[in-house]
Amino acid sequence: MSGDARNSALTVEGLKVHFGGGRGLLGARPTVHAVDGVSFSVPAGRTFGIVGESGSGKTTTALAVMRLVPLTDGRVTLGDTVVSELEGEALRAARRQFQIVFQDPYSSLDPRKRAGEIVREPLDLMRIGTRAERDAKVAELFGQVGLRPEQRALFPHQFSGGQRQRLGLARALSTEPDLIVCDEPVSALDVAIQAQILNLMARLQRELGLTYLFISHDLGVVQHICDEIAVMYLGQIVEQADRVTLFRDPQHPYTKALLAAVPSVHGARADRRARLRLKGDPPSPVNLPPGCRFASRCPVAEPRCHREAPPLVERGGHRCACWLVGSGEN
Amino acid sequence: MTKPPDMLAPLDAAPPLAEEAPVRAMHPAREMAGMFFRNYPAVFGLVLLLAILAFTFVGPLYHPVDPFEMVWAPFSRPGEEGYLFGTDYLGRDILAAMMAGGQVSLAIGLAAAVISLVIGVTVGAFAGYYGGWVEEALMRFTEFFQVLPTLLFSMVIVALFGASLLTVTFAIGVVSWTAVARVTRSEFLRIRELEYVAAARSGSAKDGYLIFRVILPNALPPIVVQANLMVGSAILFEAALSFLGLSDPNVMSWGQVIGSNRPYILDAGFAVAIPGFAIFLTVLAISLIGDGLNDALNPKLRQR
Amino acid sequence: MSAPLLDIDGIVVDFSTRAGDARVLDHVSLDVAEGEILGIVGESGCGKSMTALSIMGLVPQPPGRLTSGSIRLAGRELVGLPESELCDIRGKEIGMIFQEPMSSLNPVLTVGEQIAESVRLHEGASPRAAMARAVEMLRAVEIPEADLRAKAYPHQLSGGMRQRVMIAIALACRPRVLIADEPTTALDATVQAQIFDLLQDLQRDMGTAIVLITHDMGAVAELADRVAVMYAGRVVEKGAVGTVLSDPRHPYTRGLIACVPHLEPDPPAVRAPLLEIPGVVPALTDLGRGCAFAPRCGSRIARCDAEKPPLEAMDGGHLTACWVARA
Repeated sequence: MSGDARNSALTVEGLKVHFGGGRGLLGARPTVHAVDGVSFSVPAGRTFGIVGESGSGKTTTALAVMRLVPLTDGRVTLGDTVVSELEGEALRAARRQFQIVFQDPYSSLDPRKRAGEIVREPLDLMRIGTRAERDAKVAELFGQVGLRPEQRALFPHQFSGGQRQRLGLARALSTEPDLIVCDEPVSALDVAIQAQILNLMARLQRELGLTYLFISHDLGVVQHICDEIAVMYLGQIVEQADRVTLFRDPQHPYTKALLAAVPSVHGARADRRARLRLKGDPPSPVNLPPGCRFASRCPVAEPRCHREAPPLVERGGHRCACWLVGSGEN
Repeated sequence: MTKPPDMLAPLDAAPPLAEEAPVRAMHPAREMAGMFFRNYPAVFGLVLLLAILAFTFVGPLYHPVDPFEMVWAPFSRPGEEGYLFGTDYLGRDILAAMMAGGQVSLAIGLAAAVISLVIGVTVGAFAGYYGGWVEEALMRFTEFFQVLPTLLFSMVIVALFGASLLTVTFAIGVVSWTAVARVTRSEFLRIRELEYVAAARSGSAKDGYLIFRVILPNALPPIVVQANLMVGSAILFEAALSFLGLSDPNVMSWGQVIGSNRPYILDAGFAVAIPGFAIFLTVLAISLIGDGLNDALNPKLRQR
Repeated sequence: MSAPLLDIDGIVVDFSTRAGDARVLDHVSLDVAEGEILGIVGESGCGKSMTALSIMGLVPQPPGRLTSGSIRLAGRELVGLPESELCDIRGKEIGMIFQEPMSSLNPVLTVGEQIAESVRLHEGASPRAAMARAVEMLRAVEIPEADLRAKAYPHQLSGGMRQRVMIAIALACRPRVLIADEPTTALDATVQAQIFDLLQDLQRDMGTAIVLITHDMGAVAELADRVAVMYAGRVVEKGAVGTVLSDPRHPYTRGLIACVPHLEPDPPAVRAPLLEIPGVVPALTDLGRGCAFAPRCGSRIARCDAEKPPLEAMDGGHLTACWVARA
């Protein structure tokens, strides 16, 4: 995975983020394996999607790439910069290259700052350009994301949810980054507004050559906007393929179940019952089983699955971590 | 049966901002002032405080009487012989004492509140922001101050450093910052997890910026309320100290008036009631102003 | 078809807000038959949750007021009933489940006690009988080891389990109508599928009528028999799910279906941009005289701005409120 770093904007190798651990007041505290050995790379100008349910570690992966949570292990490379090795002032300077858009358009904007100040904040903090240049840049950004420049004087609560997410995008774009990490950027929005934001993001990517790391639980959205998609389960990637292959030919039982769980508009009521159903909820990332992490919910698990963890094997660009895939069983 | 979790949610969502909302751009300071002055209770508080200040600082020019001098028989009722507030147990003019004492009480109240705010906000902000062992250490330190009997502790300070106005103010400030620290810390713990803080951090904000420019402004409302309470309790605290004879005996204060006349409360209640009422009015005025400032600083309330 | 079990006829709910008076529900008429699932879809603020609160008699007043209309449950008028009788109907005749199961459960009572409480309250059952019913209900909503889980506190259960408990509480007294307000929005996709299966089973086995409130057309397609699309406090289209989804007549319904990126089993290699509904939902305080959707509508004609279109039967076999669709 490390050889093709030349034309990749973002390369993540062996990323681990564990929380907790150590000794607490009442003995050893449990360690949460939020992200446990994740590797992928994103070519410049493309969108890489990570899907998964709650507890899959997809958001923690995003925050780790942004260096907003401490990394336990692994390497994050952005262009020529090894982001995971930077600290202090060097990290602050490098932040210009990667920005983030959050899920909640309500808690991601400082309620006490005006829209213009919010978008300008990264420019002010990094001292990019003169005052006048920053003001001009902010006005330009407002236009770019479909807001009117005079709306700079308003406070966040005076905008609708969709407009707030446009502000979040404008803020992320202000430093002209190479990579934008999008953590569920549309899941808090009304469906009609989601389309507006998704189209805006696609347009900005075309115009500015942006690279997106797109985190979502919504498979429809991911299929629409991503070029390459990884499915995460309990801190690990279980399957990864390009958008056409993953949905046409899903291999991992978890991916299949996830696809089957999405309600469809295309009159699929009759065969609802025939489809793959998972029992129970994902186990907690505290007490991980020794074998495949999905084995406890897997409808086709074998004894081996409970003993040994399957490796993530690549076959023609399609990565999958399952003992039963490729052995003629599935 | 369980109640709906948030019955007003649909109402909140009902009138969202129309796409073409009018943009009212005004200078922030003017806007804030406008908001403050539309808040009638706050304006009333401001007028009240100005009146109290005028009474204590301008009053003596028109009523030049030494508050320590015996001017008439003790305990003459208010209004008797031209003494508006009457005289105390030594026959001293209470009106003069109220004016001179007001200067001291207000100064002590405000200064002690500022001292405890500075200490409390700093300790609370650092504890809440950094967490970990910093928080542990700072909060144990806070608890240490919290479990000390405050009156006893301030008596020790005054006894050690002498009974001057400065030491009394300092002593009050030092014993009363713990509540501010706790409030500040809990607000910081909540706000530091919000996404706009992470957003500022990914915009390469330093710790100082995050603490003072991002989190603190959003943590202000409960701190302001706490500070309001502090002014009143500092004035009362000074009264307690002077009652115990630990305040500067050469300086008149409202607390001094209450303390010295307290034994005679059944015979001459007015001598205690008048300074008590003055303290009440001052605390009321400051609370109303604090509330008004809080609202004026909150953009959500400012432009509705 | 027999007489509907729940019949909502022309209800109007007004709210007085700081920004002026808002008509949150404008002559909303809906009905559900026994054993039927009715889906109500729309964006936030369209009035779908307020419709649910109106049925439950829980419109917060002030500032809200149910101005006119009638809500009949099996022929019995609910509007204007005293609170004590409404209280009896809530839970016993009509159950409700909410989006966020954690905040709807009491954290200091075990889930068994919470289900039993509802049974005792409405049926006067003995504590022991009520607890037995609670365990039985937990089994009915397919919670494994129900007798053990009855002794668990809400925080000890996962999100999906909590929503099952909410459903168990709502169904404990065997209500005839269950109102589910975005029951799976807070849940993961695989858990959502389980809950949908459960709701369908319960509806089939118990004959409960379900009103499913959601923003997800997919959920409606999977679960509901009939659907009502709401916009700005009005029902703009309603009918059988099959015809409304396959042949939507109202431009808003069409937009709502087309603007969502639907999961395709065989996605095309080239992506077309999503269809957008421009603008945002209007403020309910100034809706004007015409169709509330007109400012965002691509096919609007002069009449749309002047008059509100009535909800009428179209040749597609369902009701639509649109001047253009009628022409």
